[in-house]
Amino acid sequence: MYDPTVARLTYRALLGRRRALILFVLPAVLIAISVAVRLLVGADDAVANQVLGGFALATMVPLIGVIAGTGAIGPEIDDGSIVYLLAKPLKRPTIILTKLTVAVGVTMVFSAVPMLIAGFVLNGNSRQIAVAYAVAAVAASVAYSALFLLLGTVSRQAVVFGLVYALIWEALIGSLVPGARTLSVQQWALALAEKTAPGAGIASDVGLPVAAVLLAAVTVAGAWYAGRKLRTLTLAGEE
Amino acid sequence: MRPDTGNHPGTHPGAAVPAQRGEDASIHNIGYRHYDGPRLGRSYARWSLLVQSLRGAYGLGRSAKSKVLPFILLAVMVLPAGAMVAVTVVTGADELPMRYTDYVLVMQPVIGLYIAAQAPQSVSLDLRFRTVPLYFSRPIERADYVGAKYAAMTAALFLFTSLPLVVLYAGGLLAKLGFADQSTQFLQGLGSTAVFSVLHAGIGLLVAALTPRRGFGVAAVIAVLTIPYFAVTTVQAVAEFQANSATAVTWLGLASPGTLVDGIQSAFLGGDSGFPGFHEPGTAAAAVYALVTLALIAGCWAALMARYRKAGL
Repeated sequence: MYDPTVARLTYRALLGRRRALILFVLPAVLIAISVAVRLLVGADDAVANQVLGGFALATMVPLIGVIAGTGAIGPEIDDGSIVYLLAKPLKRPTIILTKLTVAVGVTMVFSAVPMLIAGFVLNGNSRQIAVAYAVAAVAASVAYSALFLLLGTVSRQAVVFGLVYALIWEALIGSLVPGARTLSVQQWALALAEKTAPGAGIASDVGLPVAAVLLAAVTVAGAWYAGRKLRTLTLAGEE
Repeated sequence: MRPDTGNHPGTHPGAAVPAQRGEDASIHNIGYRHYDGPRLGRSYARWSLLVQSLRGAYGLGRSAKSKVLPFILLAVMVLPAGAMVAVTVVTGADELPMRYTDYVLVMQPVIGLYIAAQAPQSVSLDLRFRTVPLYFSRPIERADYVGAKYAAMTAALFLFTSLPLVVLYAGGLLAKLGFADQSTQFLQGLGSTAVFSVLHAGIGLLVAALTPRRGFGVAAVIAVLTIPYFAVTTVQAVAEFQANSATAVTWLGLASPGTLVDGIQSAFLGGDSGFPGFHEPGTAAAAVYALVTLALIAGCWAALMARYRKAGL
């Protein structure tokens, strides 16, 4: 269910040229902010929560997820070169699973690792905050990758819809309507972080069992439906 | 100028044509005429490009599918204004729930999405399909192309951000909140959206012009607009609540386009500051805010001009 050649091509599409630049800049911004904040106010748990939860997990992780998730398949569908891949004797679910693995790997490397470093910079992992947010970033990157990979196969405007979900639903509506937070990858990931570091002031609106079930469900359903969608893909011309 | 019909090579009376080739191999005059109508020139081409780009920013003149997103976003943008007007009229409040200058800043995610969706549409497709050289085969210069695209994006963005203000203003007048007061605030709001539009159109177009792939352009524009904004807001909150440093809050605001407009509207246009702790930039800071904004706009223009020096060739 994993094809090394497809994986290699996807890595090259994701990390080639300018796309890699933005993927490197985002974690660099996070670490620069952490250093600045540490110099400004010193080690503080509440500040670490604010930077890691309010900025990194809320905006950086979804954005990297959108770039890696849709970037793993979107451009190929966009320029039509996906037909050469589909014409090879590979099962469609294999293609999707391989691309999903790559997208998850890239999102994790560019979000969870900087998250851990930023956590250590901010307060030296006191009360396990750095580890907790890194765990949350890992969980979120799996779910985001599956979700945005699915979007990439469904729509040509995948990036826009992915951003609508990440910015409008999770950030804007989530902050106004409490109910919207139940259906938010960010809150599910926060539930994991809450469990990893109890008493560190990390709060989620979703219970851990519900969050774990929903994370798994979104990932599996997203990957399965993307595989199905790839079997019946129609290539449309440029609008 | 018409071609002389009696003088084409095949039947030229004075030509010493060898007799055996003369009859079969004549080139016929098919009546080609030069264009001798009016030439509309550079300003007309520039104006056409502007109008076409502005219509394109709302999907007009394009497929039905590409009209969906801009108009949905426009509806999302105007709906809260309508709701505020309804609340004000029904409850008989003596002022609107939100100041005109604040509206743009609160709705930034929606506006960001609009720029991210439409700026690549405006410039990336031309680059990707290598149609830019075709534009320059018309009598327009590089400055005309960049200027038309910039002006069209600014106008589209200004329409997008000022329509809800018009709704709020109409509601404010209907609720009899005081004509002079409302008008002043409305004009200040329009000033703030104008600054916002010029600045954000420049940044959006520049980022989009650097990335010919549309999907990636969308992500890049949104990253450049939102990541600095959230980063600055986070650090500002830390500076306010942990370090209690009002100066740090106001100077940090220079580091992202969103907070830059926030500082400008609170310093020059009578708005309330949206910074943590509601600090407004002081006189020196305000001057720097204005300078940085102007420098950013000029920088975007210069970078766009440089980008199109060799575009598509």
